[in-house]
Amino acid sequence: MLTKRIIPCLDVTDGRVVKGTNFVDLRDAGDPVESAVAYNKQGADELVFLDITASSDARNTMVDVVAATAAQCFMPLTVGGGIRTVEDMRRMLLAGADKVGVNTAAITNPDVINDGADMFGCQALVVAIDAKSNGDGTWNVYTHGGRNRTELDAIEWAKEMNRRGAGEILLTSMDADGTKNGYDIELTARVSDAVEIPVIASGGAGTLEHLAEVLENGKADAVLAASIFHFGDFTVAQAKDLLSSRGIPMRPIFTLS
Amino acid sequence: MTGILDYGAGNLQSVFKAVQAVGEPCKFVRTPDDASDIRALLFPGQGHFGDSIRQLKNSGLWDLVVEWVREDRPYFGICLGYQMLFESSEESPGIKGLGLIPGKVVRFPSAPGIKIPHMGWNTVEPTDPSDPLWLGLPEEKHFYFVHSFYPAPTDPQIDGAHTDYTGNRFASAIVKGNAVATQFHPEKSQALGLALLKNFFARIPA
Repeated sequence: MLTKRIIPCLDVTDGRVVKGTNFVDLRDAGDPVESAVAYNKQGADELVFLDITASSDARNTMVDVVAATAAQCFMPLTVGGGIRTVEDMRRMLLAGADKVGVNTAAITNPDVINDGADMFGCQALVVAIDAKSNGDGTWNVYTHGGRNRTELDAIEWAKEMNRRGAGEILLTSMDADGTKNGYDIELTARVSDAVEIPVIASGGAGTLEHLAEVLENGKADAVLAASIFHFGDFTVAQAKDLLSSRGIPMRPIFTLS
Repeated sequence: MTGILDYGAGNLQSVFKAVQAVGEPCKFVRTPDDASDIRALLFPGQGHFGDSIRQLKNSGLWDLVVEWVREDRPYFGICLGYQMLFESSEESPGIKGLGLIPGKVVRFPSAPGIKIPHMGWNTVEPTDPSDPLWLGLPEEKHFYFVHSFYPAPTDPQIDGAHTDYTGNRFASAIVKGNAVATQFHPEKSQALGLALLKNFFARIPA
């Protein structure tokens, strides 16, 4: 049976994890590669690096981080942030990423999704959608971390991205993000029903129950979470235990003896 | 020494590192001559069936793969390196595959609530659990999949493992003599994937 995925996300700037992670056994909590290795050991199902570096010259640092991680972690790795062109995609994929996440560029130049899918296959393309509620059961797509509203309807946009060749949708609720009050269940379910590709729910995780809710009622295929894991509140194993006990299919953790 | 077939279709670093991690020396095979001193051929692949067939033809490595598999030399195909062994694929109508194994590659049928691609960790059930390939692996075997198409071998005897997705039970691996091929990605399947690769190398006849 296909299991639901738990995907920790590490925000990286200038080659460092923002605010660091809080695993007891890390020498350097700000080192993205060390954090990735720790999550690999914890049994995370995939890993996402979000590059929030402002300057474009620091992107080379991210390429090095991806290469070092891919050499040590034999798990699927997605890199997002600042991916604007097919060339940007190629750089990250050649460095060792399995998938690239595209957000703003999909809005300013939607053809980049078609081109990327043709070139690298749809499995390599994750389209990130930041959505914010209009309070009437509709959601619009936002850019720039929720600051800029676009005229795009989030559900329709997800469908268009599916049509253009996205392999997966990474859906972040701007209303829920950072609140720790739980994912936007309605938004996630609506998008998941509207597209044929898998949906990763993001934004709002504060407890393990929240993960269960969005996988069950939100019909998400995977959950992205950052702070609940980074700061040692919960381990991936604890999350898997709870979700399994709720009857949600989870991959058991296996270590080589 | 194991050769990893590089026909110019993208990143092969993870496969290379995974083979190294299980203690097998390896190198890239970019010309037929590169294969002169290897004992096993690994054929990873990802992307589009038709494009990959074209690239393989252009690379001059087509005959190497055909002869290698026909002579039953140790072979490990991953994803497209599995699918390309077959005669054709619904992904690229009219394009002939390597044709080394009878059968064709088909797409998961679309249906409400069914997500395509089949993406994530799914269980793999070996048809012959006593095959040393599966030695030391846990009872419940999860591997990482990402694909919309899967091979349907004509001869079920070669099915090495089955996986169920949305009610479609398909051959997620084949085993035929010294040839092994998987739809899932051992190089992305953490400890289980490495264990499988290690077993494959240990299984090669001396």
